[in-house]
Formats: sequence, structure tokens, C-alpha cells
Amino acid sequence: MAEYSVFSLIANALTGNRSWKPAWRAATPKPRYDVIIVGGGGHGLATAYYLAKEHGITDVAVLEKGYVGGGNVGRNTTIVRSNYLLPANSHFYEWSMKLWEGLSHDLNYNVMFSQRGVLNLAHSPAQMDAYARRGNAMRLAGIDAELMTREDVARFVPDLDVSPDARFPVHGGLLQPRGGTARHDAVAWGFARGADRRGVDIIENCEVIGFLRDGTGRITGVETTRGEIGAGKVGVAVAGSTSQVLSLAGIQHLPIESHVLQAFVSEPLKPLLDTVVTFGAGHLYISQSDKGGLVFGGDIDGYNSYAQRGNLPIVEDVASLLLTMFPSYGRLRLLRSWGGIMDMSMDGSPIITTGPLPGMYLNSGWCYGGFKATPASGWCFAWTIARDAPHDLNAAFTLDRFHSGAVIDERGAGPVPWHH
Amino acid sequence: MRITCPVCGERSVAEFAYEGDATLPRPALDASAEDWCVAVYERENPRGPHAEYWQHAQGCRSWLKVERDTLTHAILGVTLLGRFSGRTGE
Repeated sequence: MAEYSVFSLIANALTGNRSWKPAWRAATPKPRYDVIIVGGGGHGLATAYYLAKEHGITDVAVLEKGYVGGGNVGRNTTIVRSNYLLPANSHFYEWSMKLWEGLSHDLNYNVMFSQRGVLNLAHSPAQMDAYARRGNAMRLAGIDAELMTREDVARFVPDLDVSPDARFPVHGGLLQPRGGTARHDAVAWGFARGADRRGVDIIENCEVIGFLRDGTGRITGVETTRGEIGAGKVGVAVAGSTSQVLSLAGIQHLPIESHVLQAFVSEPLKPLLDTVVTFGAGHLYISQSDKGGLVFGGDIDGYNSYAQRGNLPIVEDVASLLLTMFPSYGRLRLLRSWGGIMDMSMDGSPIITTGPLPGMYLNSGWCYGGFKATPASGWCFAWTIARDAPHDLNAAFTLDRFHSGAVIDERGAGPVPWHH
Repeated sequence: MRITCPVCGERSVAEFAYEGDATLPRPALDASAEDWCVAVYERENPRGPHAEYWQHAQGCRSWLKVERDTLTHAILGVTLLGRFSGRTGE
């Protein structure tokens, strides 16, 4: 597959854009692979890419039930940040940020990573204190953070209602200037193309319906809608479907609940919001896509769901928060809303680990922070699969931390997944 | 999604607070740490009918056990819990 470059752009433009080749092959499953990744989302594709690039393991298949880009990687609000407090999270997400910063060049694919800043608003002096603490923790971990006054915020986001008679007046905020957004589909397509170019088979419309095991109980492959496929190792990265896929291997209980998260996009507009803003007295995050739509979301609906659609109370909640922040957006029309299924873990932090069965590896528990983690998740999962042991960056993201007591509860909400 | 409260009738889901999985029996206070771990952290997380607790927080404040399909959001059954539950249907 040819490199994308300014010359390939010009050459194809001059020939009417009729000569572009598909970005990855439509592979037919082989009888056996060294590694099978179940789930062709962002994390699964990134895992295959880094297995090939960092560990030289190219006899890899990525099995996707539907089509690449049709799941959560195409359903999120595209925000990338690393403004975490707890050490395990801040080091992991900062590594992800560093991978994001070089990703377009690394993949030879423009993922449109835009470091336009992520601003968290504070609405009380106590919240300013908490943000000062978080910002200090971030800086100690080598991550950029700037505490902003109300006047700084007003200059940074001119449309924002910072008036003292707002329902929740803005006191200031915490900005991560290196945060921003990326084009989510391009991330999936770029990792798919990058993996394919290194020999990985990306097999779409191939649902895993069972696991193959030998006499010792070791996983030796998968049964799919396109036949049995043997494997030396099987990695599972299926987000909201984790419980369903692992139940096929006889694992009936996990520290995960599946919940629905809705997202929204307005009609396309001329540029009016050049950063990512999150509301601090409720839960709303908003940015403007390069196509012009305002992309925003809020809380999960808050009950177990596999429906990929939510209910109206969250629509009302998100709309009212949006107008609280930006009264001038009240005349905009909502273009679309949709839902994705989140694998909400019991402490709000992910799981990237060997096991839980011999020959199996698990990547899950992303709650609704999975998109920003895509590069580091794939990088760490590839390491874990290749070396049969976690990297330092994901050593804390075990499955047994819930039994050992070493939970990573960033929000301090306890084992209540719909509150994370 | 609308839930029929046995006391108040059919109401919007906005009036109710979700209180989690109702399939796990609460362990005895002197149960082992492992039993408590399972009850606190381990979930079956089914794709289909699911028994769960809801509270009619913005209404009569009754605790309910709701059978609900997690794939379709259809409410399959509602039972009143607590001290007044014996009066249902009076």
C-alpha cells in the first residue's frame, strides 16, 4: 500500500480521485494465527498495530463482528486529555498523550489531532482548591496544567456565561493546553491501515461465538461465524460486550456493568468554539468538530443497558447544562444523538491484563474514557500479550485489584459503576 | 422508559433512582472477605432480562424490584419492597 503524501494527493487529484486503493485488505481468515484480537475497535486495532510495530509479531488477526469504526470508536466525543490525579492513571494517560502527539506521522495517516486545550470549569472556591491540587499533581507527574481565574476563562472562551448572576457562577478553571480532540474515525482507519501494512489480517463481519480450549483449559483459538480459527494467544478488547464475550469462555462474573452513554451533535456552524470546555457543577463536555458541528455529551443514563440508545431525561439534562454555559447556543438545532455501550468498571479505571484464562488477555473497563486511551491501551496491551506480563504503565490495571483492595478510584465514588 | 410504581402508577424514569443489581444476596455480616468481594464487585451483567433495584425517589420514595430487559429497555415486572409491600393490591 502506497505512502500517503502531498505527491499522492496531487497525483490522485489530477486523475479525478479514481485511483485510490482501499486502506486495508479485506482479509480471509487463515486456519491459525500467533495472536487473535477479538474486537476491531480502536483499542483492538491499536493493539494489532503495536504488536507488529513494537514486538515484530505480524501473524495477527483482528476479528470484528461488524465493520471497523462502527462501535464506540465512532460513537465518542473525540476528547483527548491526561488530566488525572492518581499516579497509575496520570502516567498511563500521559503516555497516551505522547503517543497522540506523534500519531499522524507514525501512522502516515492524518488523525486530525488538535491540541486546542481542555478546560474544566470551577464554580466554587472549594472546587478551585481541588483543581489547584489536581494541577499540582499533574505538574509533578510532568503533565501540563494551568489554573485560570474567572477573567482568564472569560478571555479564553468568549461565549461562556461567566456573569455573577449565572445559576452556578464560574470562579475559574483548570486548563490542560496539550489536551484537545482527534478525528475518531480516522484513528480507527489509521490504525487499521497501519496494522494491515505490517501484515495483520483485519477480518470484518466475523463474530466470535465461542472459544476453543485444550485439555488443560488453555484457550487455543476461537469459533466464529466464519469458522474455527486457532491461535497461540487470544486478546479480548470488546468494550461494552466484555461480559458477553467472556461468558462464551465460561466466565460468568466480572467487575463490570454495561451502561449506555449518549452523545449529541448540532447542525454545522462557522467556527465559534476553539477549545474543549467541561462544566464543573454538573457534567457536560463540548467541542466543535472540524466539520462545524458542536459535539457534546454528559452523564451516562445510569442503568444497565445494551440498547445503544438512551432516554430523554439525559437529553434534557445535557441541553439544560449546555444553555447554562452558553445561553447563545439556544437557537441551534440538534442534528443527531446516539448511544454507545460503556464497560463501566467498579472503580472507574481500566483493566489491561493477562488472563483471566490461560492463553487469554483482557482489555476492558474503559468506562467513558476509552477514546483518549486508544494509543496507550493498544501499546500496553500489545506489550502484555507479547511478553506475557504487563508493562509498568498498566501493571496496576489488573482484574484482581478488586479482591486485593488496590482499586484505582479516581472519582472516589466507590463500587457504584453508574456514578463513575 | 416509563416505570409503573405499584403505589403511584406509571411515571417517567426521571422520577426514579437506579440502585443496582438485585440478583446478589447480601452476605451475612460475618461472611468471609471473599464472599463480600463477590457481592460488592462481581456482576453477571446480562444482555436481556435483569433484576434490579430502583427507588421512586421523586415520588413515594418506595424501593422497588424491577425486572427489565437491558437490550430493549422493556419493563417486565415491578415489585414493591419494604414494610408496605404486603399491602400491594389492597
